[in-house]
Amino acid sequence: MTVEVIKGLVAIFLAAILTENYVLNKFLGICPFLGVSKKLNTAVGMSCAVTVVMVIATAVTWPLYTYLLVPNELDYLQTIVFILVIAALVQLLETILRKYMPPLYNSLGIYLPLITTNCAVLGVTMLVLEKGHGYVPALVNAFGSGVGFLVAMVLFAGVRERLEDCDIPETFRGLPITLVAASLVALSFLGFNGIVDGLL
Amino acid sequence: MAEQKKKSLWQEFTKGIVRENPVLRLVLGCCATLAVTTAAGNAIGMGLATTFVLVCSNAVISLLRNVIPDKVRIPAFITVIAGFVTVVQLFIKAFSPELDSALGVFLPLIVVNCIILGRAEMFASKNKVLPSIVDGLGMGVGFTAAMLCMGIIRELLGAGTVFGLPILSGFMEPIIIFLLPPGGFFVFGMLVALAGKLSKEGKAPESTGCSGCPLAASCSKVQNEESCGKTQTEEAAKS
Repeated sequence: MTVEVIKGLVAIFLAAILTENYVLNKFLGICPFLGVSKKLNTAVGMSCAVTVVMVIATAVTWPLYTYLLVPNELDYLQTIVFILVIAALVQLLETILRKYMPPLYNSLGIYLPLITTNCAVLGVTMLVLEKGHGYVPALVNAFGSGVGFLVAMVLFAGVRERLEDCDIPETFRGLPITLVAASLVALSFLGFNGIVDGLL
Repeated sequence: MAEQKKKSLWQEFTKGIVRENPVLRLVLGCCATLAVTTAAGNAIGMGLATTFVLVCSNAVISLLRNVIPDKVRIPAFITVIAGFVTVVQLFIKAFSPELDSALGVFLPLIVVNCIILGRAEMFASKNKVLPSIVDGLGMGVGFTAAMLCMGIIRELLGAGTVFGLPILSGFMEPIIIFLLPPGGFFVFGMLVALAGKLSKEGKAPESTGCSGCPLAASCSKVQNEESCGKTQTEEAAKS
């Protein structure tokens, strides 16, 4: 029984990172993926901040939706409630970090305001409910999604650092070559298809 | 006078379609652009839904621009936008359940589409109602046109159809990769390069549309951090 449960959680975790990668497979959080992936350290900082917010946001929105909105037949308010909860959480987190953990604030804090309108965070909280996961699997899924975001960002930051030294045709300089490179990274992630089903 | 006014309104409208196309020139809202353009029909549905939210939220925010306190303006804008997104969501669910299931989570995600918040912050909160509506309409049409363009290319190459009509059947095998995520990035890259080549500046934008984003201030902080080493060396070279 417990082995089965743990196996299920591991499968959810790996699926969130590899086969259902939020950036490369579901196109969520493309803006930070393209905008903040020029250097490795900023890519890591941003992804860590996103992971933390994803887990906390899911931890709050899941019970809110299941125990408050659905019993009162208010589930059509999901969009408004979730975005406001996320905005409030991010603000709260920023204040707490600034007051009690200044070193952490200096390394992660500058990314926090960007996260409010990051579609990956809102997307995770909503997709988890769509899949009908329980509370613990939902949290594991949120954490895995954040780690998947980190993996994609770090890989892509490496690709972009190499791109800087290349002689790119003038028309493709800037954003176009970045998108084509992202296409190739996404192509490599297609190779993971089916790997999670094989685990079970 | 009236003629001049009409002319400037027309310019307001067309700038969103060509010169400042939100997708191909400003590169805003790329998540939706990449995700739902696997079929031309979905692209139009998403485009129209976004246009509706854009026009309505621009109108309401422009009306409220003197009432909303400056400090809480972003949460206030988001609440207005989320309200209209819920309206669209319920409308599409009622009248076109197929479109609802095709767009999936990207329908509620219109809330965080940076085009809408960007226009609210950059335009509607500073301008009168009529120009704001026209601006929203222009940006919405530009967004829909760019999405449709991508949708047609991806559907034609990936499935051999356009709007579900078989076009390429018999000529060639569909290239399924164009329907998958890598194809989305690839077609988008090509279109941005083409739009850049045809534009006045003759080159594609350097990065995503930070200037149109309401969070540009904090984002530029992050980006400055990125290019920090570079600017320091440049300054050193100058002095």
